[in-house]
Amino acid sequence: MATKPKSAKKAPSKSTKADMLAYYRAMLLIRRFEEKAGQLYGMGKIAGFCHLYIGQEAVVTGMQACLKDGDQVITGYRDHGHMLACGLDPKGVMAELTGRSGGLSKGKGGSMHMFSREKNFFGGHGIVGAQVPLGTGLAFANKYKNNGNVSLAYFGDGAANQGQVYEAFNMASLWDLPVVYVIENNQYAMGTSVARASAEVELFKRGISFEIEGEAVDGMDVLAVKEAGEKAVKYARSGKGPYILEMKTYRYRGHSMSDPAKYRKREEVDDIRTHHDPIEGLKGQLVEAGHATEEELKDIDKEIKAIVKEAADFSLESPEPDPSELWTDVLREVESV
Amino acid sequence: MSVDILMPALSPTMEEGTLSKWLKKEGDTVSSGDVIAEIETDKATMEVEAVDEGILAKILVAEGTEGVKVNAVIAVLAEDGEDAGSVKSSSNGAAAPAAAPTEQRAEPSESAPAPKAESEDAPAAAILSDPSIPEGTTFTETTVRDALRDAMAEEMRRDETVFVMGEEVAEYQGAYKVTRELLQEFGARRVVDTPITEHGFAGLGVGAAFGGLKPIVEFMTFNFAMQAIDHIINSAAKTLYMSGGQMGCPIVFRGPNGAASRVGAQHSQDYASWYGHIPGLKVVAPYDAADAKALLKAAIRDPNPVVFLEHELVYGTSFPVPDLDDYVLPIGKAAVKRAGTDVTLVAYSRMVGFALQAAEELAEQGISAEVVDLRSIRPLDTATVIESVKKTNRIVTCEEGWRYMGIGAEICASVVAEAFDYLDAPPARVHQKDVPLPYAANLEAMSLPSVADIIAAARKVCYADQE
Repeated sequence: MATKPKSAKKAPSKSTKADMLAYYRAMLLIRRFEEKAGQLYGMGKIAGFCHLYIGQEAVVTGMQACLKDGDQVITGYRDHGHMLACGLDPKGVMAELTGRSGGLSKGKGGSMHMFSREKNFFGGHGIVGAQVPLGTGLAFANKYKNNGNVSLAYFGDGAANQGQVYEAFNMASLWDLPVVYVIENNQYAMGTSVARASAEVELFKRGISFEIEGEAVDGMDVLAVKEAGEKAVKYARSGKGPYILEMKTYRYRGHSMSDPAKYRKREEVDDIRTHHDPIEGLKGQLVEAGHATEEELKDIDKEIKAIVKEAADFSLESPEPDPSELWTDVLREVESV
Repeated sequence: MSVDILMPALSPTMEEGTLSKWLKKEGDTVSSGDVIAEIETDKATMEVEAVDEGILAKILVAEGTEGVKVNAVIAVLAEDGEDAGSVKSSSNGAAAPAAAPTEQRAEPSESAPAPKAESEDAPAAAILSDPSIPEGTTFTETTVRDALRDAMAEEMRRDETVFVMGEEVAEYQGAYKVTRELLQEFGARRVVDTPITEHGFAGLGVGAAFGGLKPIVEFMTFNFAMQAIDHIINSAAKTLYMSGGQMGCPIVFRGPNGAASRVGAQHSQDYASWYGHIPGLKVVAPYDAADAKALLKAAIRDPNPVVFLEHELVYGTSFPVPDLDDYVLPIGKAAVKRAGTDVTLVAYSRMVGFALQAAEELAEQGISAEVVDLRSIRPLDTATVIESVKKTNRIVTCEEGWRYMGIGAEICASVVAEAFDYLDAPPARVHQKDVPLPYAANLEAMSLPSVADIIAAARKVCYADQE
């Protein structure tokens, strides 16, 4: 029997009933979407690398709630959750996973490479750590244009050991760029635990020598994420420079679909699932606060399942890209000079 | 015993400079380490420190003198107890010029003037016929360095989203002075000194381009861009395709490429074939100042990532640049820089100068060489090359890089595939020897391609020595 989720014991948050229901819905969409993606992968409909976000849903959901129109998001290869949180169409995301013309990148990007200018989602980057200078560059453009926007650059505990992360930290702090670095510490870089890879395991301290403030956050609690995110985004937006949030989170599934799972015990995963699941946690709070009944939450679950089914169906019905697409989008046409 | 004070070399490529100011006067006592003069090269102004102590007995080169050769005696120091009035130079080193400017600049005239080459290995490129230059246009002799600067300044005036970033681009005025005075005109917001952090600032530049700006990222040299090549290729070149056409990346990566002078293997390499390999990039490698200016302006306006390869050893060379308000050339068009009938010499960047000089000498030997300046590596204008080969029936490719998987290999394959029946001899390639560039002067010279190598290759494909 599941024990009561830890986050449910916390003091009531400033989040309203509507906020909490919206977070529940958003997290559930990511969970069900990823479960479906895993299923389609198993059926051979999705190929290549596929990194699922299951377990980490509270991080993007809470952070996205802190943004306003115009703020940008950029992340690495475990990116489906970020896309859905940014409001990208689940049909387009799933069809990209299946490599179809209806995919957000017309089937030419795949799991790790999707973008939306309209929703200010800047990828989707497959080289570990590359998104950190890129996200810092988005912040540079914000400051250059003085548009008041903030960029969120997500990266994992694995990327936190890449040199370019610190090159970016240095410039962001030197120039007071409006960027929030969100470290999604899910404890394992592929199969290497943080303690086996990092001399300083408290990753939020990695900004100290660049004079970047940072803090650790319970990344399994969407309300805690939201609270810390608000503060960090406000800080960056006010012109004080970058901020680091280390989200202590956990991925239930393997690093990718081809993960031997030899580096951790089944009991460890089960323990987190049982005691710290972000969706179950919020569900408990919603019910306890009287914001929703089990029945109402089940109805939301049904709605989400329908959305995901529709996305999966679309992703299988959408045709493969036209052969002519092989040659398009390599370069943009030059307007006459 | 008096000591000669010589004009110092302040950079590996400096041959002469301006003695802009004396900070000590005759009769002053000088200690080792005292700043005695200021010297200006085309790259920088630097202070000259005394290395001996004594009395500054005689100043031999007056301040304001231009064109003072490296190693010329500029002053004489009398040692303790010596009569400062009676000392004279003990050296018979390079003669110091009279205290008057020696550099003669060709005045712009009605027609294109005969361009002046600053160094002997950089002969003039004649603009044969450029339809984009209206008849009657005047020209101004401009160094490649200043032409590049002018291109950036013009584009920065035209478009507020254009900015330049890199190491020493602002307050230092550019490690090679290419960004000279941009800080003064555009301010620190648009002329951004970065820390020494190529991987980081290349990535930051790409992010800024995604965010709606048009960055010009200067690498102090392209050797250092190796640190950043992941962002140039994986982030800048591929994202448009991976995003199904959504994410354009209008960015210019520019800086000196290829051999410098006596700086060893890690600082001397031609990256044209490296970047030329990558779909999603444009790669430009101009030779003369007019092309440098017009193509850099095109690169800045281009909606795609452009790798713009300059050459340190050509920065100081002057060429005629048309006096037009907005001189822009399309990227991807080669130019015939000298017409000929017997053999086609294909080159890019500094090797164009070598090819032109080789053509000059070949003409004296009765061989008429046509020189094609590729100007752009990707797209590669093979049509112009093939058109030339159909006329001359022979081709020599000239590149500073290594032969393996090089630009010459690509051109030869195209020519063989598309003009096989026109060839009267197998194509020949001139290139760097297949070793890391050595430091020793003699070995370095042996390693790098030379005018003599081009002449020999041209004679070979013309079977000139077999009759």
